[in-house]
This record gives sequence, structure tokens and C-alpha cells, in this order.
Amino acid sequence: MFRATLKSLLARKVRLVLSGLAVVLGVTFVSGAFVLTDTLGRSFDSLFADAYAEVDVNVAAKPKLEVGEMEGQQISGPFPATALETVRAVDGVAEATGVVSTDGARLIGSNGKAVTSFGAPQLGGNWTGESDLVQLREGRAPQADNEIVINKGLADAGKVALGDRVGVLTLEPRQDFTIVGIFGYSGDRDSLGGVNEVMFTTPVAQQLMLGEPDVYNSIVVTAADGVSAEGLRDSVAAAVGDGYVVKTGEQLSADAAAGLKEGLAFFNRILLGFAAVALLVGTFLILNTFSIIVAQRTRELALLRAVGASGKQIIGSVVLEAIAVGLIASVFGLAAGIGIGALLAYLFGNLAGGLVLAGVAVPAAAVIGAFGVGLVITVLAALLPALRAARIPPIAAMQDVATPDRPLTKITVAGALVTAVGATLLFLGLGGHAGGNTLATILGGVLFSFIGVALLTPLISKPVVAALGAVFAGWVPGKLGRLNSGRNPRRTAITAAALMVGIALVTGITVILDSAKSSITGLIQDNVKAELVIAGVQSGPRPPTFDPAVLTETKAIPGVRMVDGQYVDQALVGDERAWVGAVTEPAAMRQIYGAEATAGDIDRLAPGQMMISSDTAESRGLSVGSTVPVQFARGDAQTYTVTGIYESSPILGPVMLPADAARNFSVTQPSQAFIQLEAGTSVSDVLPRIEALLADSPEVSVADREAFLEEQTGQLDGLLQMIQILLALAIVIAVLGIINTLALSVLERTRELGLLRAIGLRRSQTMGMITVEAVVISVFGALLGVVVGSGLGAAVVEALKDEGITELVLPWGQMGVFLGLAALIGVIAAVLPAIRAARINVLGAIAHD
Amino acid sequence: MTATTGQPASVAARASDVWKVYGSGEAQVIALRGVSAEFERGRFTAIMGPSGSGKSTLMHCLAGLDTVTRGTVHVGDTTVTGLGDAGLTKLRRDKVGFIFQQFNLLPTLTAKENILLPLSIAGRKADPAWYDVVIETVGLRDRLDHRPAQLSGGQQQRVACARALVARPEVIFADEPTGNLDSRSGAEVLNFLRNSVREHGQTIVMVTHDPTAAAYADRVVFLADGQIVSELIEPTAETVLDTMKKLDTPAEVAG
Repeated sequence: MFRATLKSLLARKVRLVLSGLAVVLGVTFVSGAFVLTDTLGRSFDSLFADAYAEVDVNVAAKPKLEVGEMEGQQISGPFPATALETVRAVDGVAEATGVVSTDGARLIGSNGKAVTSFGAPQLGGNWTGESDLVQLREGRAPQADNEIVINKGLADAGKVALGDRVGVLTLEPRQDFTIVGIFGYSGDRDSLGGVNEVMFTTPVAQQLMLGEPDVYNSIVVTAADGVSAEGLRDSVAAAVGDGYVVKTGEQLSADAAAGLKEGLAFFNRILLGFAAVALLVGTFLILNTFSIIVAQRTRELALLRAVGASGKQIIGSVVLEAIAVGLIASVFGLAAGIGIGALLAYLFGNLAGGLVLAGVAVPAAAVIGAFGVGLVITVLAALLPALRAARIPPIAAMQDVATPDRPLTKITVAGALVTAVGATLLFLGLGGHAGGNTLATILGGVLFSFIGVALLTPLISKPVVAALGAVFAGWVPGKLGRLNSGRNPRRTAITAAALMVGIALVTGITVILDSAKSSITGLIQDNVKAELVIAGVQSGPRPPTFDPAVLTETKAIPGVRMVDGQYVDQALVGDERAWVGAVTEPAAMRQIYGAEATAGDIDRLAPGQMMISSDTAESRGLSVGSTVPVQFARGDAQTYTVTGIYESSPILGPVMLPADAARNFSVTQPSQAFIQLEAGTSVSDVLPRIEALLADSPEVSVADREAFLEEQTGQLDGLLQMIQILLALAIVIAVLGIINTLALSVLERTRELGLLRAIGLRRSQTMGMITVEAVVISVFGALLGVVVGSGLGAAVVEALKDEGITELVLPWGQMGVFLGLAALIGVIAAVLPAIRAARINVLGAIAHD
Repeated sequence: MTATTGQPASVAARASDVWKVYGSGEAQVIALRGVSAEFERGRFTAIMGPSGSGKSTLMHCLAGLDTVTRGTVHVGDTTVTGLGDAGLTKLRRDKVGFIFQQFNLLPTLTAKENILLPLSIAGRKADPAWYDVVIETVGLRDRLDHRPAQLSGGQQQRVACARALVARPEVIFADEPTGNLDSRSGAEVLNFLRNSVREHGQTIVMVTHDPTAAAYADRVVFLADGQIVSELIEPTAETVLDTMKKLDTPAEVAG
């Protein structure tokens, strides 16, 4: 039996290659994700180990506000320089250095724009001299207050050189400095993992990066000979007391790595999500291939039964075939995954500038994932066809039994049930009734919906395929092709369903993002009465900011009626963390943002007063007159009194504070401003004047409301494109499926094709016939995808109504594009099978018995 | 030996010194050894011979389904030898009809659609009067909307015959048309073929190994070892059987 299986496998290797390819692609994604995140993880480990190699013990102030890596920025607050003396006095301390180093030093490059770092910190700090890690490549240390040294990576990115005078944005607006030195890192690195660094003299760093003189935000301690880091940590901790966090360099490096790995793990999960989609589509493909193969081998399998093989042996033989395909595909997938993971890690390392990659290794998770996924998926998909194979009666070997059209009742009932389960899960998940498992419930709902719809597809395919084919009614090869695609509803359905998955996901996500975009746009257009907006595009944890002086200068421009600058940060309000905003013009609440008071006064805010939204008031049991302690990223907790409550609205944050609160924000400059003009003032008169004011604030620009909206929603477009690229893989697999189905059908219908050629069908007409079959199948799949995707998208949008996504936008144009694309996919998928069909030897086809 | 009857002007298909060689060296098989034959217009010719005699090969070469190694083949005034795929397709559309042992109907089409398929493929319309005649002759009027799976073997073969006839080709090649039928259905089909020759002047060339079937023809050409060895005009089952017995492999003549 084993030999027979192996032989039949080898005889049909070409047919299995295509279905194997689907597994290969899925496995590649899985193992590639693991290899990539593992390689990057180890690279960052060694990077941090390097960065903290010279630190025996590090002292920092306890953060005022705990903020996770994924949520925003944690500020390790400044502490008085006197702590340095305390530390130096501790026994076993050989050397202690006061360090200023914090994110938010943005150098303005030679093109006048702030240099960005793709999310990596842009550190500003004090120059503490060269070390084993940091080495000056050119120039000297900063001595005067207007001198800086920068790392080579930053100099390259900003295209600036030694001796240049450059602007730097910090907590303060732009100030100009002379570059007196350019430094690099050990191992000839220009940057540590993409981080940019600007080093000032200590007093300047303290003022610009920490906001006060004579403070540091960490102390780096070197232990005297023979003193252990752990021992020193404990004695330093005892000396500095409660308000400080004292860690060894190793701990610090591990903490930093752990924070980063949280991000990598998230990234890994996203990649695995896309792998899951690819594998789901691959499952359809494998199921189909094995079904067709079993159908074609009916006679052969019946013969095996007739000569004494048991049903179990038949199942075994099909499953064995699946195992062989799964194993081979997993091996190739793993190899390709390692290659792609390494390539992506290399690209990432280059992008991050100077991230020295740890050697590429294959983590156990990649191997287990590859073989687990590859084998399990293949065998599961082959199980159904195997069971069907076991039911073939031995008599089938003797007769030319035309397999009758099996009724679609069972499969349709099953499909309806599974779809109902999926819909229920979606309802529970989206409606927020799933407790803590919302995401899992939603994903389960989507999966079940897909499978359910796939099961319903054979029934749907009959009328839809007939309708689609009507387009070709006047053309004989077209008509034949259409009839062929309706011939085996199960086969057509599953092939189309594979395409459905990818297209449904893309459509669904497009519906959600477009709806969000349109809702945001509508909301702002309806509610915000500002003709001009100052804002920038955020590309990291810090929002882009500008000089607050611009606000008063703008207000002074003739024709400007009202200007409101906004500061945003997180703070501990009472005992819960919340987003807080600070406004420079409280009157704007009503006059620009259309807020409506539900209690108290929302037109003014004095220091120490706050306004809150009605939802916040309700959930926290606050009313006008309540007092709330607020702890910002800097400074001590302060008490605010609620003086106004406004109707909650998606464009207004939960808490509004007076502008003076912003000095304790982690980012002390405004990030947005809304400008209302006097009636009759033209935008084009005012815009250039504000542009001129922003010359030294290159991170932001001024735009009219439409341009602002476009810029803000443009980020959603970028997200959409990325998702589309990743889901394109699922669509590629579906295309393989169409090719496979067609190729097998052509093989199956050799005699028929021969006959058609014998009675005068031209080669081109033969190819046309196959192409129409492919186009009908793929357009049908796309149609399903568009419908299912719109449904899923609409369900999510409905669920997000309370979050402000009130408008449902169906991307008709996009859907049209998908259908057109599907037709094109059909044409492409048909090329090889069509050529094969056209080349069929007429005599061989009709003479073979 | 050359079999010739009638004037060249009324020849529907002709093979001139046709050789067909498969393989080379030791594995070489010579299927046809210089066969020359003419098939007159408006006549029903049967090609007979034992298995391996080359009768199917001759028909395939005549119909342009197979290429000849040497010699030439004509159908009507078309030289088949040397035609490319486009030329052969045109030949099949305009001049040649086929009837197969396995019926070879398209399962997705109704009987009527199957019958009209060659014409629709070629983008032509059926002559309604002739179509009526064909349908009447094959006696399928009440079965036209059925699919092949709903028809008996004899009915399917009659659909196949109608399909070959409806385009009024120069010549119809029938390859063992009764091979898959019981004797009654077979007789029906053969009667029907003979009538289409007698009443409508259709030319038919039929390959068979069944003497009873051959007896329906106007003329029988006998092949053995790739050569024409004998022929009969106005054959009967007995004369065909006798001739077959004289050929070297009598085991074939059981039918």
C-alpha cells in the first residue's frame, strides 16, 4: 500500500506542486516572522548590552507617570544635581556621572526640515566625554553654550557637517548651535539602532531637555575594583532613598530589551495573522486539489478496493500523500522563511542605520511552527477527500459510473449553521458581550463566517455563475466556458471561496477605514469652525510641535478672530490615567469646536480649573465644584477644580486644562492650533503670513481645513496600503488555486477538448473557452468577497458607532477595481491551462480509450 | 495494390502512396505501406481489416487527425498533407465530419446544442430546412432538450450522427460507430447512415471490423499489414466474411 501511494504521488507530482505551493507560502510567512523577530530581538539584545556595558549601576528618579512602551512616552523625571554628591559618597563607587539624556531633540537638517528617525528616539543630552562606546570621529567636545556634537548617523541623515550652524528643537523652540564634533560608536557604528543623539554642554542640556537648571535624569555609576554591581546597587539605593530607581547595567539593558520586544512580539503577531489568512486560503486549495485527485482516481481506488484494500487503507493512502506533500512543502517553506526573515532583518537593520545584526539563527518556534502548520493544515484539508475516497465502492472499477451530481442539501445546511455561528460570534464580539475575549471572539466569528459562506457557495454559484456567464452568451467558446464553470459547483465554489477570503478582508478593512475617514472628516467639517489649522504628521511616540509664540503672533495678524493652541499628554487624573488637553483659548470650546455646556461655565479657564466631558463626569462621579488631583509627567501632583462640563463629542477629549498646565506635560509645546478668521477674510491672505511665522517650526505646517483633513486621513491610506500588500499574498495563493483547478479540469476533459478540436474549434477558441471559465470563477469569487467584506466591514462600523464612526462608506470604486482585477486574475490564471488545452493532440485525445 | 472506381472529379477523399511509420530503428512500426485509395462522393465506403492492419491509421490520416510520413492526402480539392493547425481546423469546420465509437457528446450541452455545436463554433447558421430533415431522419425531435446523460447509447450516437450531418461536410469519417451499441441500436444507426448517403448524397467513410456493419456500405476496402489487399462492391455480410477469412488473421472475424 505504501509503495502504491508513493508511486501515485510521483506520477502526479506536477498537480501536487501547485497545492504544495500554497502551503509553502503560508509556512514561509510563519517561519519568516519568527526568524525576523528572533534575529532583531537578539540584535537589540546585544545593542542594549553594548549601550549599557560601561554602566555598573544606574540611578534614576521614579517616574511620575507610568506609561507602557506601546502607549506613549515615559519620562524619567529630573532630580536635583545634589543627588550626584550623595552617590559619589557611597562606598565602592569609583566614578559617578550625572547624565541628561531624553527623547525630543530634533535637529533641523540642511533642507530646513526636522530630521526624523522612523520611531527611534531622538535623544538630547549632555556630553560626558568619550568612552569605550562613544568616540569622537571629528572635532571636539562642546565647550560653549552654543556648541553641540552629534552622532554620525544624524549628521548623514540631516546632511550637515562639522562647523555647520544648525537649528535644534527641544522643550524650547528652535535654537541655533554650531556643530563642533561628530561622534560614532564602537564597532564603527554611526548610530545605535537608528537612535539620533544631540549632545550639549551640561547646563544647556539641563535647560533644554529637562526644563530646569541643575538637574539630571540619571546617574551612571562605575564600581570600584572588587565591588559587585549588585552590591553597589543596593548600597546606592540605600543612600539615595525612596524616590529613586537604582538598577544594574544588566537590569537596565534587559528592561530596555524587554520593552522593545513587546513591540517586536506585537509585530510578530501581525505577521502571524497574515500567515493565518494565507493558510486558510491554502487549506481551501489543498482540499480542492485532493478532492479532484480522488475523483480522478475513482477507478484506480475502486480497483484497490476490489483487490482487497480496506477503507482504512484507502484513507491511509490519501493521508499519506498529504503528509508527504505537507512535509516537503514545510521544508521548502521553512527554507524560504529563513531567507525572507534574514532579508527583512537586513533591510530593517539598514533602515535603522547601524543596527549590527546578530547572526541569523533559526529559532525552535520557526521550525515547530513551520512543520506543525504545514503538516496539520495539509492533512486536515486532505481528510475530507480521504473519507470520500474510502466510500468508493469496488464496483466502480468495473463500470464507467458517471458520478451523479450529489445533492447540495447537506452542505448548504452545514453552511447555514456555520455562518450562523460566525454571525453570532461577530455579534457577541462586536457588541462587546464577549467579556475579555473580544478580539478572539471577533476573529473566530470572521473565520466561521468565511467557512460558512464557503460551504454555502456551491448553492450560490449556480444562479450567480449563470448570470455572470450571460455576458458571454453570444460567443460559443464563452458559452462553453461558462457551462464548464457551472459543471462542478463544489469545485467552482471552493476555488472561488479561496479568492473570496483575501478580497473580503481587503474590502472589509477598506470599508472600516473609509468609514472612519469619512466620519472624521464629516465630524470636523460639521463641528470645527476653523478655516486654518497648524499641525504636522506624527511619526513616532512624540507629536510634532511648534513654538508657542506663533500662537500670539498669529492672533495679531489682521483678519484672525480666534486662535486656539492645543497641548496633549497623558496624566494621572484622580487615580486613573487619561488623555488631557491644554487649550490656550478656552472660548474656542464653544466658538470653534461647537461644544455645548451641560453644567457650569465652559467659556473660560483660570489656572487650577478644569473642564471635563459629560461622560467623564458621569463615569467618575464628578460635578462642577469637585476637586481632582492631577499628576503630570513632570512636577508634583496639582489639584484642579471642575468648573465646566461639556457634552461629550468624539472631537473633544475627556479633560481640558488651562494652557499653563502644559509646562508639566512631557511635551511642553503645542502640537496643533485651530485658527478662526473674521468673516470676509480670505484664507489666501492669512495663510502665507502664518507660514512665515512657522519658518522655525519645521515639524508642522499651516493648511486650510480640507488639506489638514487630507493630511490627517492620509495616514489611514498608508495603513490601508500596507494591509493590502500583505493580503495580496492570500490573493496570490487563490490565483494558484484557480490555475490548479483549471489545470486539473483540462486534464480531466482531455477527450472533450479533443472532440471540440475535431469538430472545428480553433486553438484560440479553445484558449478563449478556458479563459472564460477562469474569469467566471474568479469574478464570482471577487463578487463573494466584496459582498462578504462589505458585510463584515458594515458590522464593525456599526459596532464602532459610539466611537464616532457614524458614517458607513462602501468603497464602490474600489469594489469595481477588485472585480476588474478579478477578471484580470482569471485571464492570467488561465494562461497556462489554456495553452495546455490548446496543445492537446486531437488524435491522442479522442483515440485514447 | 490500388483501389480505384469512378471518375477523379467525383472523388471526395484520396490517399496517394501514403506511408505511415512510427518510431525508428528497432522499434520502428510501419502502419501504412504506400496506400493509395479514392473515396467517391455520394458513396458509403467501409474500411475493414484485422486489428493492426492500419485501418484506423488510414482513416486518421485521411481526416487530417494524423500526419503522413510520405505521400499525400486530399479531401475534396484541399491538399491535407502539410496543412498547419489553422488549416486543419478550417478543414474540420468546412469539409469533414466525425462520428466516434464513444459518441463524444459534450455533457453540458443539450442534444440540440450538441448537434448545432460545429456550426456555432464556426459562426454559421444551420440551414433550417436541412436541420429539419436531419432531425426527422435521426428521429430525435422529442429528445432535443435532453442532456446526453438522459439519453440511451443509441440515441446519443444518433445525436452524434446528426451533429456530423448537419454541417453537410464533404466527407464524414465514422470510427467504429456501432462498436459501443447493442445490435438493434447499431442497425438503426447504420440504416440511418446508409439513408443519408442514398437520399442526400452524403459521403461516408467508415472504419469497422464488423462484417454486418460493413455490409451496409456500397463498397468495402480491405487492409492487411498496412496495404490494401482487396475490395468488394455491393458487399453482403457473407462476402465480407469470406474475404476476411482469406486474409491472414482469421481470429478477428468473429463478429
